[in-house]
Amino acid sequence: MTTLRAGDLGVLLTSGSLVVALTIWAWGGDRGDTVVIRAAGQVVETASLAQARTFAVAGPLGTTHIEIEPGRARIARDPSPRQLCVKQGWLTQSGQAALCLPNQVSLEIRGRTTAYDTLGY
Amino acid sequence: MTHSVIELPVHADDRRIARLAALAIGLTLAEAALPSPVPGVKPGLANIVILLVLLQYGWRAAAWVSGLRVLAGGLLLGSLFAPGFWLSAAGALVSLSVLALARYLPSRHFSPVSLSVLAAFGHIGGQLALVGIWLLPAAALIKLLPVFATAALVFGTVNGLIVMRMLATTTPEPGMSPDILAGTRKG
Repeated sequence: MTTLRAGDLGVLLTSGSLVVALTIWAWGGDRGDTVVIRAAGQVVETASLAQARTFAVAGPLGTTHIEIEPGRARIARDPSPRQLCVKQGWLTQSGQAALCLPNQVSLEIRGRTTAYDTLGY
Repeated sequence: MTHSVIELPVHADDRRIARLAALAIGLTLAEAALPSPVPGVKPGLANIVILLVLLQYGWRAAAWVSGLRVLAGGLLLGSLFAPGFWLSAAGALVSLSVLALARYLPSRHFSPVSLSVLAAFGHIGGQLALVGIWLLPAAALIKLLPVFATAALVFGTVNGLIVMRMLATTTPEPGMSPDILAGTRKG
């Protein structure tokens, strides 16, 4: 009487998988698959996040170096004085962006769904 | 001079429901004093009473106890007809509907733990549905879903184990069919 029965295990396992599925769905986020690089507002490069590559983009202050690894991308080097976009580190999620405003270069991750139409800073 | 006396006959059933509802209300009040990190994450101790009533006296009695608990709990906590009251009512309603179906599960294979977990998911499901429709845009809720679902699973299991334990140690009361204790409940 005081033991769990076969059906209970079924119910518990089903509920457990529901919890796991909900967690992945709600917290997993949307991992991006594309990188969009802009200079002076113009898209200069659209690359896949699947393979490692590096880009050098010229801006008014100098060259911004962008590094792509499978699944993530970052601004590796930038001549901007405060280095904000470099300090942002690796970007992985769709909708994340690193903006090097003084050098007018931006790096944006895109996924299946775009999180925002536009971002104003 | 006419004496008009309105007699409300009180049956043993009424007293029993009142007694059990008082128990459920007491647990609701005690639980309201517990701090909770996220509003809505509660052990749901009153559901232990509801489940025991369901298994011992049937679904109608459980629905009465649950309804009285929501109403009197709202009165005593000062949240009668406030949003919290309606959330509680929605949770109780869905949870009772789930139990109305789940009680037909063969008890040979499904112990009270199953009923408790299903009822807990029904409870939080009903509440979240009302919150989503009425209070918050659903998108804001999605991030909290895993928290609520985990709470429902954990507390549902624990409450179910408590119910199972209590059923095993209770001596049969009059009006309680012995096959419930034997684990051969037909529903």
